[in-house]
Amino acid sequence: MLKDLITPQNANVFVGKLGDILEQAIDKPLGYAINWGRIWSLWPVHIETACCSVEFGAASSPRYDVERFGIIEAFGSLRQCDLIVVQGTITRKMAPRLRLVYDQMPEPKYVIAMGACAITGGLYFDSYNVLPGIDGVLPVDVYVPGCPPRPETLIQGCMLLQEKIKRMKARKFV
Amino acid sequence: MSSDSDDELIETTSDVIPASTKASPTPEKEIELPKFEKGLADKIVEKFGTRIKVAFVKHDRIRIDVGRDDVKEVATFLRDVLNFDHAESVSGVDYPQDKEIEVVYHLGSYTDSSLSRQILVLATRAQREENPIPGNDATKLPSLREIFYSVEFHEREIFEMFGVYFQGHPDNRRLLLPEDWADLPPLRKDFAIKGR
Amino acid sequence: MNNELPPGLALQKVDERIMTLNVGPQHPGSGHMRIIVQIDGDFIVACDPDPGYVHRGEEKMAEYRNYITNIPHLERPVIHDSCNILYPYVLGVEELLGIEVPERAKYIRVIASELNRCVYTMYWLAIYGIFLGHSTMFMWPAGDRELLIDLLEKMTGARVTHAHFVPGGVRNDLPPNFEDVCLRQVNYFEKRIKEYAAIFYDNPILIARTANTGVLSRQDAIRLGTTGSVLRASGVDYDLRKKEPYDVYDELDVHSNVMKEGDSYARSKIPWLDMLESCNIIRQALQKMPKSGSVRVKLKPNPKGKGLDSVYKRVESGRGSLGCYIVSDGKPEPYRLKLSVGSFRNLIALPYLLKGEKLGNMPAVYWSLNYWPVEADR
Repeated sequence: MLKDLITPQNANVFVGKLGDILEQAIDKPLGYAINWGRIWSLWPVHIETACCSVEFGAASSPRYDVERFGIIEAFGSLRQCDLIVVQGTITRKMAPRLRLVYDQMPEPKYVIAMGACAITGGLYFDSYNVLPGIDGVLPVDVYVPGCPPRPETLIQGCMLLQEKIKRMKARKFV
Repeated sequence: MSSDSDDELIETTSDVIPASTKASPTPEKEIELPKFEKGLADKIVEKFGTRIKVAFVKHDRIRIDVGRDDVKEVATFLRDVLNFDHAESVSGVDYPQDKEIEVVYHLGSYTDSSLSRQILVLATRAQREENPIPGNDATKLPSLREIFYSVEFHEREIFEMFGVYFQGHPDNRRLLLPEDWADLPPLRKDFAIKGR
Repeated sequence: MNNELPPGLALQKVDERIMTLNVGPQHPGSGHMRIIVQIDGDFIVACDPDPGYVHRGEEKMAEYRNYITNIPHLERPVIHDSCNILYPYVLGVEELLGIEVPERAKYIRVIASELNRCVYTMYWLAIYGIFLGHSTMFMWPAGDRELLIDLLEKMTGARVTHAHFVPGGVRNDLPPNFEDVCLRQVNYFEKRIKEYAAIFYDNPILIARTANTGVLSRQDAIRLGTTGSVLRASGVDYDLRKKEPYDVYDELDVHSNVMKEGDSYARSKIPWLDMLESCNIIRQALQKMPKSGSVRVKLKPNPKGKGLDSVYKRVESGRGSLGCYIVSDGKPEPYRLKLSVGSFRNLIALPYLLKGEKLGNMPAVYWSLNYWPVEADR
């Protein structure tokens, strides 16, 4: 019976539905545990958009060591990532690619806007090729100000995001 | 604004008097031209005569203005006889009042050690259109890609930033701007950035 | 020099043998750019770099800001080499205005520039390590560069974006006791980076990955107009600190490092040798620097050039020659400002180097060009 229902073509749909049902069922009792798992494995996509990536790299250096907080420098596929750190200016050429990357990531996914350029356009407010902030492209969870933000600021932004996830319902992602 | 005395550039409140105020060469006086650079400029004038104009001869910098028909011939002469072997930078400058766009090649030499300090500035001008259609209007110049390979990306940049089409360039595609850019070439003076 | 166009650089027609791959902009081995490569099996047939993802229009913005307010945004293309990218601009503005800089300021500039070159190169080296899968080589330079960042922070007040060079000198004098701290840290830093030879440069795995890959011959390096470490790795002795000394470099003993091989290994070793040389230069400059004196000529607000004038100044940055072409028309803003950056000039060599290489060698060749995409796009 079940074998006939599940074909290779719709297997993914069934698995997804099953996940939804499971999540709904265990949201109340196990929501805290699910969120606990999420906040200690925030893996960022490896996409650099501008010069803040220097400080993003410095945050992984031995002195700042952001990996303590479960936020590690990711070198894997974006399908395994659930965090996107927008490192600075978004140009008109980069914006569609950024959205494409975001759309390919599985839920749950979170966005940190790092640097003044990602928040409002910053120093490049009057440039012809720069977007005035990424709010029109991605839904942002945490803004990290600075030009560029110091690694400490980025770490604090990540901790704020962890606090935010802790208070989220496990079912509700965005 | 005009109450400022423009010639007095440096505040006198500073405790140090800069050396330039003591013995600054005023442009009206006859300045002794540097010998080596003068010799180089003379060689070019000797070859091309009135077809070129030596705009200035400074220390380590010579500037030559060439018409757009002669630029390839002059560049070939600079490479083969004077040993300038690469272009450091290619810049465009827009002059709307002259209805011209200037393209400036900064040429240098790695192989000739006597020229290692020198930058030869080769400037030429293209006709400027009021309503540019990049690639399909009269704003055209001969490409120097066959003479100096190093101008390849620089000329592509000038093409998208000023709309100057380089004839003979094998690869006149867009380089830095987004693929869907449909506005004026952005570094022209009539392209105004927002809020300004 | 042959005058024919090199064949096969343009992208080819796709058939069943040739496959087109987009590497980047979201790719661990690409940085901020896209590289379109065509491969036949495992070998790269053609390559077409597609920069411009960080093109922010610096040159247009500079036409709307005056000579002083241009400083902060002009250093943003290379925030970890910000002193060096401002250097030619500041030299150019000084020549336009006719200012003579105090002697002590010149020495402070040299020290800041050399420290910043090391900071840049260490970041580059860290990324090169992680590109080749050598995680220790990420951690060591990323940690050691913080030493020099501390020094620069003490000197200028900012971690990476210093905005320390201004027309007329430097913004601030050195803090008290800086010379001793600097000397101590630089000596320790030199001792540290000498250890990198054992873990990285003498490592047989690294040599196997980088030696004889992406060979750029001397003739091609000259013809393509490459600069900096790429040029010197191909056997051309051209270092602007020696060939066209600016500020006080003619009073210092500068040795330029040259290698003959022209492969990725040589290109990755030259910046490291340059860092050792930078330590020497800093020590000499600390010794020769006047112990006191003014560090800045005060300018009138809104300085302007004297009529129609143009100036082209260049310095040796971490990525090679960095030129700044300023056209002034007597207004407080530049009429036109052009940055001719080393990254953009070295990018031309990438299609030549990658042709015939294996796809797996692409990150090793690409990052050995000492390329910083944000600077190339400006």
